[in-house]
Amino acid sequence: MTFGLFWLSWILFTLFEKGLGGISMAIFTQMTPAPGSTGGLLNAITGSLAMVILATLIGTPIGIMAGTYLAEYGQRSWLAPITRFINDILLSAPSIVIGLFVYTVYVAKMGHFSGWAGALALSLIVIPVVVRTTEDMLRLIPDSLREAAAALGAPQWKIVTLVTWRASKVGIMTGVLLAIARISGETAPLLFTSLNNQFWNADMNQPMANLPVVIFQFAMSPYENWQELAWTGALLITLSVLGLNIAARFFLRKQVSLN
Amino acid sequence: MNIWEKKITAFIGPSGCGKSTLLRTFNRMYQLYPSQEARGEIMMDGMNILDKKQDVNMLRAKVGMVFQKPTPFPMSIFDNVAFGVKLYETLNRNELEERVEWALQKAALWEEVKDKLNQSGISLSGGQQQRLCIARTIAVKPEVVLLDEPTSALDPISTARIEDLIFTLKEDYTIVIVTHNMQQAARVSDYTAYMYLGELIEFADTDTIFTKPKQKATEDYITGKFG
Repeated sequence: MTFGLFWLSWILFTLFEKGLGGISMAIFTQMTPAPGSTGGLLNAITGSLAMVILATLIGTPIGIMAGTYLAEYGQRSWLAPITRFINDILLSAPSIVIGLFVYTVYVAKMGHFSGWAGALALSLIVIPVVVRTTEDMLRLIPDSLREAAAALGAPQWKIVTLVTWRASKVGIMTGVLLAIARISGETAPLLFTSLNNQFWNADMNQPMANLPVVIFQFAMSPYENWQELAWTGALLITLSVLGLNIAARFFLRKQVSLN
Repeated sequence: MNIWEKKITAFIGPSGCGKSTLLRTFNRMYQLYPSQEARGEIMMDGMNILDKKQDVNMLRAKVGMVFQKPTPFPMSIFDNVAFGVKLYETLNRNELEERVEWALQKAALWEEVKDKLNQSGISLSGGQQQRLCIARTIAVKPEVVLLDEPTSALDPISTARIEDLIFTLKEDYTIVIVTHNMQQAARVSDYTAYMYLGELIEFADTDTIFTKPKQKATEDYITGKFG
């Protein structure tokens, strides 16, 4: 544990050292600048937020429904083990492959990069995480609870929606939080899908700025002001991912103590 | 064998003799598990409940069941009791509150929880949780109540309370209780069935079973020579 903590605190220390100086109001109010001039990360922050939220909204319902199918309905079916296997593959698929996939089926067909494509790629990362945690959390619910609901004459869909979902609510939420934390820092799938945008853009059909790609580009550039912004962006992402993980931890502990 | 209306019938026998399995055919609970099936006939009100035409959920609304371990739902005490009622009846708020109070009174739990109906059912003690489960079962006004070792997870005081409760419930319901506690069967039941290795060995009124059983196997079991 000390070993892990050592690297984590080193990373955090470096990020704070290099990134903290750049944090100012301008970061949250101004657009990404041209080389040499001043600016902020507003378009990248909002772009990231928009795509992450959208990806979560697309991925969560699909993931919860598939996970519920696996845990509650699929015992007898041949479809369930296959679905679970494919989901496990998707769970460990390199994110750059997912980016390339969306590039081929969406970006190339539409002829331009776009925020929709970015959100789509991210949602493909959300789905397997949510499917897995939903199934695992529902399996933690003892069968005796399902039997008790069935014994009152409740049809299966009511058992699932009123009893087992409720009993595993906190755990499923944790899975969603972990999925959000995972996609917040993803760069590869966005490089091929939403790309980047120097300007303010609220149109999901246009290329969209986002923190990971901005960090990637700015950190690689020879311009000092860009490099500094990259450090600041990296600090912002790390802090939000850290926060999400801590929140997930907290919820998970609550779920375990409930069972 | 016959299970008499508004009487308490007990199934006794060593572990694994099929008491609970038999009980779980009465509300077709076995059906939740695809690998299990039931053959034969179980008649209730002139209908074979194993018949495919029988609506399982309606059957379960008529034949309630209480399990070995208390299983309160992760919701408030009020909602726990109202859960089953809301499935098949549309009551307004007042009627629902009356029904919940009625069921909790019947289950001898009302006095202990009337001030905390909004608290989670999980916050109650084991004995209270089991009475909550009984209240939940009778709130839907079933005809038959199946009790699957309802007191085996409880301490003696809670057990005594549940037994008193079962005794009073007999006035309104037909009760079938599975127990591996012979004294319990002798104390509460009107009829007793002794089962062994999946077979029904003897079925008679409780006094006969416990004082002059016809079968040697039954006698061995109740006198403690075996089991």
